[in-house]
Amino acid sequence: MVKDVKVLGPGCKRCQTTADMVKEEAEKLGIAVTVEKVTDYAEIAGYGIAATPGIVIDGKVVHAGGLPKAEDIDKWLA
Amino acid sequence: MTQCCSSSSDDPTVRRDRAGLWLAATVAAVVAWFVIYAQLQPFSQWAVARLPVEPDSHLAEALAFFIYDTPKVLMLLTLVVFAMGVVRSFFSAERTRALLAGRREGIGNVAAASLGIVTPFCSCSAVPLFIGFVSAGVPLGVTFSFLIAAPMVNEVALGLLFALLGWKVAVAYLGFGLAIAIVAGWVIGRFHLEGWLEEWVRNVRAGAIDLPQETITMVDRLKAGIEAVRDIVAKVGKWIVLGIAAGALIHGYAPADLLASIMGRGAWWSVPAAVLLGIPMYSNAAGIVPVVEALLGKGAALGTVLAFMMSVIALSAPEMIILRKVLTARLIAVFVGVVGAGILAVGYLFNFLFA
Repeated sequence: MVKDVKVLGPGCKRCQTTADMVKEEAEKLGIAVTVEKVTDYAEIAGYGIAATPGIVIDGKVVHAGGLPKAEDIDKWLA
Repeated sequence: MTQCCSSSSDDPTVRRDRAGLWLAATVAAVVAWFVIYAQLQPFSQWAVARLPVEPDSHLAEALAFFIYDTPKVLMLLTLVVFAMGVVRSFFSAERTRALLAGRREGIGNVAAASLGIVTPFCSCSAVPLFIGFVSAGVPLGVTFSFLIAAPMVNEVALGLLFALLGWKVAVAYLGFGLAIAIVAGWVIGRFHLEGWLEEWVRNVRAGAIDLPQETITMVDRLKAGIEAVRDIVAKVGKWIVLGIAAGALIHGYAPADLLASIMGRGAWWSVPAAVLLGIPMYSNAAGIVPVVEALLGKGAALGTVLAFMMSVIALSAPEMIILRKVLTARLIAVFVGVVGAGILAVGYLFNFLFA
């Protein structure tokens, strides 16, 4: 099943890096993902996070604030 | 926790070795730092003495200031930012929010301002943070205490003030910066201005979420420190060099009596003028502190230049444009008025205390 990943952030550099990291890790693990960037403040706020970038996988918030670690991304995607 | 891949780095002994290596490298780097730092002053004197300029001339003084202060400021900044990066890895905006949610005003303002210093915060996160706090039940005034303290009382400002002006000024800045954040947040809370938020913000009812635990090791914390240094140096490096260059020019060329008459203690109107002047200006502590030091050397009053510095950092126009997305113009006006009044009071108080 294709995993639905959303990267939450107003469009700063870290958000872009985070999105790239998720794509990279997914490719490495051979997991099919769609990565969508959410930049609308109201929508970001709706996920209940207080710091960006945030990561939402299949509707569940797994990360908020700062760059994630690659090994943590692997765990969330698994 | 789920079972994960069994790569060699997950082997506990290997991991421990790696941690030991990181620790040793960190200690070695800190020792090297102190050794090099101790040599800076003799080195700059030696370098300036060899330059083809007349000793004791304006140019020589400006050059000596530049040659000594640039590496000194950069080195101190690196150390302070690294240490703060490690400290910040123990905090997160979500955890801070959980600590502040539902907290009474008063205590809440104090906690929010203090947590504002150690919680990782970047200005691009200001809006999500604001909404995230308010929608999770952190009182508006408490949220403001956090938002005022976070940019104003930061490690770059404190580290540079300590380096260039001594610990008394740094501690006073810390104390008064916190005081402004606490009192201004409390006052804004007393006004009960929740209705002055933009309407869509009031409608966000997300509540706080629980995040899965992320694995953070000591090595990760050290890496966070290095990451912070890379980040800050990339972001403020050019500001520092510009700031020091401006400082060097003031140091070598600005006429002392003119500055003293404009920014000295005698001119009462200079404090409000400094606050007003600071609002449209946007720099960070890194660029402004070297200028502050040079101005002081020329007889400017400490309270006046610090009011200017606080105004530049805490009341910047770009930040207000970002916050305008969530706050009505009226609320921003109140914010500027209350914080500006606080800075004004601190400016006069500094002038009085450090006579």
